[in-house]
Amino acid sequence: MSAHGTTNTAANDEPYEFPPLERPGEEKGSLTALIQNLIFTVDHKKLGLMYIGSGLFFFVVAGIMASLIRLQLFFPGSQLLNPDVYNRLFTMHGTAMVFLVGMPILFGFANYLIPIMIGTRDMAFPRLNAFGFWVFLFSGAFLFFSYLGAPGLYAAGSAPDVGWFAYAPLTAKAFSRGHSTDYWTLSILFNGIGSIATSVNILVTIFCLRCKGMTLGKMPLFVWMFVVVAFLVVIAVPPLTACQIMLTLDRYLGAVFFDTQAGGSAVLWQHFFWIFGHPEVYILMIPGFAIASEIIPVFSRKPIFGYPVMVAATVSIAFISLGVWAHHMFTVGMTSLGNTFFALSTMVIAVPTGIKIFNWIGTMYGGKLRLELPMLFCIAFLFQFLIAGLTGVMLAVTPFDWQLSDSYFVVAHFHYVLIGALLFTFFAGFYYWYPKAFGRMMNVKLGHWHFWLFTIGFHITFFPQHIAGFLGMPRRIFTYEADRGWEIWNQISTLGVIFQVAGVLFFVYNLIYSYYRGDVAGDDPWDAWTLEWATTSPPPEYNFEKIPEVRSRRPLWDAKHPEDPDWKFE
Amino acid sequence: MFQPQSKPAEMIHDVSLIVLAICAGIFVVVTTMLVYVVVKFRRRKDDDGQEPPQIYGSRNIELAWTVIPILITFVLAFVTTRTIGEIQDAEMPENALNIRVVGHQWWWEVHYTDANGENSYLTTANEIHVPVSSRDPEKRRPTHLLLQSADVIHSFWVPQLAGKTDVVPNRTNKMWLEPYTTGTFFGNCAEYCGTQHANMLLRVIVQTPEEFDAWLAQQKAPIPAPQTAQEIEGHRLFYANSCVNCHKLDGTLAEGEFGPDLTKMMTRQTLGAGVAPMDEASLKIWIKDPQILKVGCLMPNMQLLDTEVDAIVAYLLTLK
Repeated sequence: MSAHGTTNTAANDEPYEFPPLERPGEEKGSLTALIQNLIFTVDHKKLGLMYIGSGLFFFVVAGIMASLIRLQLFFPGSQLLNPDVYNRLFTMHGTAMVFLVGMPILFGFANYLIPIMIGTRDMAFPRLNAFGFWVFLFSGAFLFFSYLGAPGLYAAGSAPDVGWFAYAPLTAKAFSRGHSTDYWTLSILFNGIGSIATSVNILVTIFCLRCKGMTLGKMPLFVWMFVVVAFLVVIAVPPLTACQIMLTLDRYLGAVFFDTQAGGSAVLWQHFFWIFGHPEVYILMIPGFAIASEIIPVFSRKPIFGYPVMVAATVSIAFISLGVWAHHMFTVGMTSLGNTFFALSTMVIAVPTGIKIFNWIGTMYGGKLRLELPMLFCIAFLFQFLIAGLTGVMLAVTPFDWQLSDSYFVVAHFHYVLIGALLFTFFAGFYYWYPKAFGRMMNVKLGHWHFWLFTIGFHITFFPQHIAGFLGMPRRIFTYEADRGWEIWNQISTLGVIFQVAGVLFFVYNLIYSYYRGDVAGDDPWDAWTLEWATTSPPPEYNFEKIPEVRSRRPLWDAKHPEDPDWKFE
Repeated sequence: MFQPQSKPAEMIHDVSLIVLAICAGIFVVVTTMLVYVVVKFRRRKDDDGQEPPQIYGSRNIELAWTVIPILITFVLAFVTTRTIGEIQDAEMPENALNIRVVGHQWWWEVHYTDANGENSYLTTANEIHVPVSSRDPEKRRPTHLLLQSADVIHSFWVPQLAGKTDVVPNRTNKMWLEPYTTGTFFGNCAEYCGTQHANMLLRVIVQTPEEFDAWLAQQKAPIPAPQTAQEIEGHRLFYANSCVNCHKLDGTLAEGEFGPDLTKMMTRQTLGAGVAPMDEASLKIWIKDPQILKVGCLMPNMQLLDTEVDAIVAYLLTLK
């Protein structure tokens, strides 16, 4: 302030000296400041990182559960875990991975990046944003609290053991005594509230707070895809919430929606669950596409190939995904007409999905590929997503599905989707935006260890499960007989876990190591083009000193190449 | 599932091969494109630092890779639709063997019935005997299954004989088998149904028509009366304890229907839906405490003395 004072000549123009702002309890390093920072914050960036941090925490927990599952299946007839413990493990693993890992991490990316990418200072409703996060965290804590129920940790009383899609009537009072199912139901209910709140916030933010010049057609693809994701959440999650309430009514107030003993319908639950469950797959997967659509162009040094088509493909995937849910139910005895309809609608999804893969390859074609860590993860993503998509087409062929449904083939298929495609893009995103969030580059050597160990381990673990499925191994069995030919595939699969665990350890170590020792990143380490790279690393609380103005989809390209700007060609 | 021994499984196998071939083709083409692009366009060491030409898209190319997948989808759709109808809406001939299967936590109840699934003339559990069929349309004899559940959802799956069909409470599902070779085929419950989902195994024993008729006659023959003192004691204990509340012995006062029918139990290969072989040693462990072999199963420990266990097992061994 005083520096500017010299320009003022008149005494009465002497600028007013503000007294130093007193913010008691916010002294740097104090406990109260930490609480302020973590608990009372409504800053989208802090909330975004907290979403991702909690997601990674649950990822490690659910990963340990998966390792125990694999250990149990190493030998046929293994006595390592008793059946109830095993059933709880796979239920909690599945529920946690979908609702406590996938969802929060994608919301974390959205929260952190969308306001910066569209050039604004925060989400539209910062307090709702914080509310969404805390409800999510509560739902996770609540779910895991069930383990502490009744007779102690091992063989514990009340962790849910009904599978992550909790088919009725296994959840009815008669078959699920105690409160384990209630923990599951209420946790999903809370989680849904948080997801809907955050999605509404994302929609309002994107539609109302874009900076000057950013028409819908000039938004980064990342932002476009999150428009679609948020719409899908708002449409798909309410049925899930509704059926949780119906189930609770069944269990406590004598309703008979799903209670077959009293004339309810078991298939009704499946319709409710999958009309959420299938869009949910795309709710999880489209953020993966979003990340890949940012990273692949930057590391190919070309704009995304066919931007309008990419947007159209995403929107059509979302539409079609609302009409395919019963392909999870080909075996429940629908009519042949119903089976045919859902087989065809499912196959149609392959078309826009294929377009996306081709457009990403088209983006790389003719470019100069910088094979750095984010790009490596994206290339692996393309390869693995291709496999996941093709096994998905196989499952859409109803007669094929009659054999493969509920077998290990399905397990392999959706792990190729959720790990091979989604988690790999998450990793790509972490390596890509870590420098923005923390101002330091992630270590490349550790990153390469992570990439190769995890990729190899991933294929060793999940590829053999396709074969076990072909050989007739059903999913969710805690043990199997030795003479069915499944042994070797299970053993290979379990060995792969070692590589994956090692890979994740390198990653976690890298996160911590680079925070203290990483090379200083600067504002724009990747020579990228979207607005988040126009501000400092890490960005200040208000993101931009001056709200930017854009004329094209790649504002930083325009700034770096004034002789050849994008807006002339779009 | 790639060694089908029955008509519906063969039909699925055929369609699977077409689908696998198409998918393998797509995989090879796209992977080649990906590898080519990564190798060809990776940045070289002697790169001049210039940005490559900026290309924003191409309508023709994008049209091409929209139309080609649509055409492939059409092919898949035709193949799928045809097979769905052929399997699901197949007409059963008059002479088809009719069986009604009821899924329980965690075992299978099997009734040999008329075409409506009623008038059961034989009841057994976990092991289904069926006659082999013939490829000659004149001589074929498929097996028609009606599937019901007594509690939660199960799924009937014997991969070499047919695709799976869920066994849903309050609902009767249908499926059929038409095996062309004799032998024993293994299957599982394929829909998670609670604690012992893994130990809900199925065996389908395909026999020649003569063997099958002999088996049927043997199953329907009355059970012999107990002979030795120990067997007689076991017989007494069987009726004196609550065994008869849940288990049935055909033609006697034991008419329980909650657990498996024990009339000809010793003719079955396994105990507890596949957890142990059906022999004296396993039976002794099982009768002493079923929870040892099959944790969580719904048969309680009857708190019997060892001598009582021995007597009951001696009696059960006569049930063949």
